[in-house]
Amino acid sequence: MSSIRYTQDHEWLRLDGGTATCGITDYAQEQLGDVVFVELPQVGASYAAGDEAAVVESVKAAAEVYAPIAGKIAAVNDAIVNDPSLVNGDPMGEGWFFQITPDDAAEIESLMDENAYKTFTEGLG
Amino acid sequence: MAEHPEGIRRTPLYALHLELGARMVPFAGYEMPVRYRDGILAEHKATREAAGLFDVSHMGQFRIRGDDPAAALETLVPGDIRGLAQGEMRYTQFTNEAGGILDDLMVTRDGDELLLVVNAARKAADYAHLRTRLAGRADIEALEDRALLAMQGPKAAAVLARHAAESGALVFMTAAAMPVGGIDCFVSRSGYTGEDGFEISLPAARAADLARLLLAERELTAVGLGARDSLRLEAGLCLYGHDIDEATTPVEAALSWSIGKRRRAEGGFPGAEVVQRQLAQGVSRRRVGIRPDGRQPVREHAEIRDLEGGPIGVVTSGGFGPSVGGPIAMGYVTAARAAPDTPLGLVVRGKTLPGRVSRLPFVPQRYHRS
Repeated sequence: MSSIRYTQDHEWLRLDGGTATCGITDYAQEQLGDVVFVELPQVGASYAAGDEAAVVESVKAAAEVYAPIAGKIAAVNDAIVNDPSLVNGDPMGEGWFFQITPDDAAEIESLMDENAYKTFTEGLG
Repeated sequence: MAEHPEGIRRTPLYALHLELGARMVPFAGYEMPVRYRDGILAEHKATREAAGLFDVSHMGQFRIRGDDPAAALETLVPGDIRGLAQGEMRYTQFTNEAGGILDDLMVTRDGDELLLVVNAARKAADYAHLRTRLAGRADIEALEDRALLAMQGPKAAAVLARHAAESGALVFMTAAAMPVGGIDCFVSRSGYTGEDGFEISLPAARAADLARLLLAERELTAVGLGARDSLRLEAGLCLYGHDIDEATTPVEAALSWSIGKRRRAEGGFPGAEVVQRQLAQGVSRRRVGIRPDGRQPVREHAEIRDLEGGPIGVVTSGGFGPSVGGPIAMGYVTAARAAPDTPLGLVVRGKTLPGRVSRLPFVPQRYHRS
């Protein structure tokens, strides 16, 4: 069973075996509006937690997507490059951005769980 | 217009916007809908495919009265106002002594009077400008108790015809008083999308009633400021404060077409000498359309470079064109680089992306001219 963790920048992370799949949350895609462009990281690139790893643009605005944890990019989702609307339609599934091999899987524990993220977004108003 | 305790203003449609699930944002001192539930792409497409209804009540509406309002207004704008026939309207600009643009506006002749529609962000400045410069010559009334609705798209005429039998007689850039849904309105066939459409001025107290009546028509969708911006950008239309401002002349802005032939010869508006010189000798920079080659949108303030990497201009409006299906922009480039298809470098997040100068508009105009 995989459990999902969240960042305060509205990224989600799901650990499946040795790699973590990452994307932006439903809250994030709703705030952004219709996504029209994504720029994904290079496979093999290394990031520290909080580094800008991807860019997502809506009609009105551009936003950064940060690496939730430190690690190396194992795969990226070309499907959302070709069809950015997947990010709006299925942000937690087909709309995933990249998979990262964690430098230290324990880092994941420091991210918010589902309930904590729900409380967090409710507090944003 | 209702006044909010903190100072931000609301249009007469505020409650209706909330009912329709609008996301409200502050704009030019008003709380305005940037989008409704379906979002910007859907609203944009609905306007081009059927019809969209926009609340533009935040914009300034003025009436000018006097012995010769047209001659008076011509001392402030380069457009041909004296030549307006009854019910005819023109697009023009207030200019300053350097030929720079203080605002762009629509002017309509209504009998012996003129009706002006100006940008919301400039309406206080425009009113002061008119009052100061035309003092003793004309009377300026700010129509604070009137709302303004825009209905735009290929189905707009059919929708309006059901509620205003006389609307079909209007052609592009003409206007007339007429009842709409039994409410006395002043209707013009004009807009800011490149589509056929109408702008309806009416008493603020009736605006919500009319909006609800029109929105009951199946072809009509409520559209917010987000889609209003993508629609006007695809149409190649300027947004004051971005594509035109006090540092740009109408000639640099590729708006010379709006300067009457008689006005070019006679002048008589602020900055006329500058404009006349630019018309005769050319300009050093010009507003152009821009198509990035890839999918990455290029937005306002992005630097424009030539193929050698030298700076040649700046993007003044940019984003995604839903009907075009890709990124579009407008900006100013050195005149020598302004020809269509000239290759450009567009700087985004420190990288230079390829693009080219494009003709405007990005989508065909579909005005009802006859």
